[in-house]
Amino acid sequence: MTKLLYFAWLREKLGAAEENITLPTSLATVADLLAWQKTRGQKFAAAFGEKNQVRCAVDQDFATPSTPITSAREIAFFPPVTGG
Amino acid sequence: MRRTILITKADFDPGAELEALTLPGAGGIASFIGTVRNDNGRLAALHLEHYPGMTERALNNIITEASSRWPLLGCTIIHRVGRLTPGERIVFTAAASAHRQAALAATSFLIDWLKTSAPFWKREDFSDGASQWVEAKDSDEVEKEKWK
Repeated sequence: MTKLLYFAWLREKLGAAEENITLPTSLATVADLLAWQKTRGQKFAAAFGEKNQVRCAVDQDFATPSTPITSAREIAFFPPVTGG
Repeated sequence: MRRTILITKADFDPGAELEALTLPGAGGIASFIGTVRNDNGRLAALHLEHYPGMTERALNNIITEASSRWPLLGCTIIHRVGRLTPGERIVFTAAASAHRQAALAATSFLIDWLKTSAPFWKREDFSDGASQWVEAKDSDEVEKEKWK
């Protein structure tokens, strides 16, 4: 099982802050996972379809599209950060 | 090096934080405070959200990066979360060193990196009931890049 977390407008659009899920074993990288999220129905397609707007962290480190996810325990999705 | 990292809903006392950085050997203590701006009177409040766990880790990494660049005796980062109204303090960065240049530069570095490398998000809640998530600014990325 992998814990998926959603923040800011992604959380609002999806109506969920987190889910525990068994990811398809075919997903190897963050890029694969982002593409898969878009296939999970209308809400996901809309939220993850925002071009270049979704960032990702794998096990609490900022990730890039090529970051591997096969041994990840916690993966978070969020818009570009706006603190400070 | 003394490290202080705090994510808090409550306000903080900048005087007490500076006092805590008055460390043996320090000759310069610099600080920055960010407050909620109200550009046109429309803003009722900012809502600050973060990623508990990762935030502390990211801020710790930023302090480690700063301490590898300057000879620091102490570093403090405080960031508030939750609902904040215009005029309230949001963020505090400070650094202590033997000399002023390192303290001033590190303080600036801490806030520039925090803006692009720590998982915080702001939503603007307006007095008419509307709200919108703040979009990341390219200029913040430029400010970070200048430290490369």
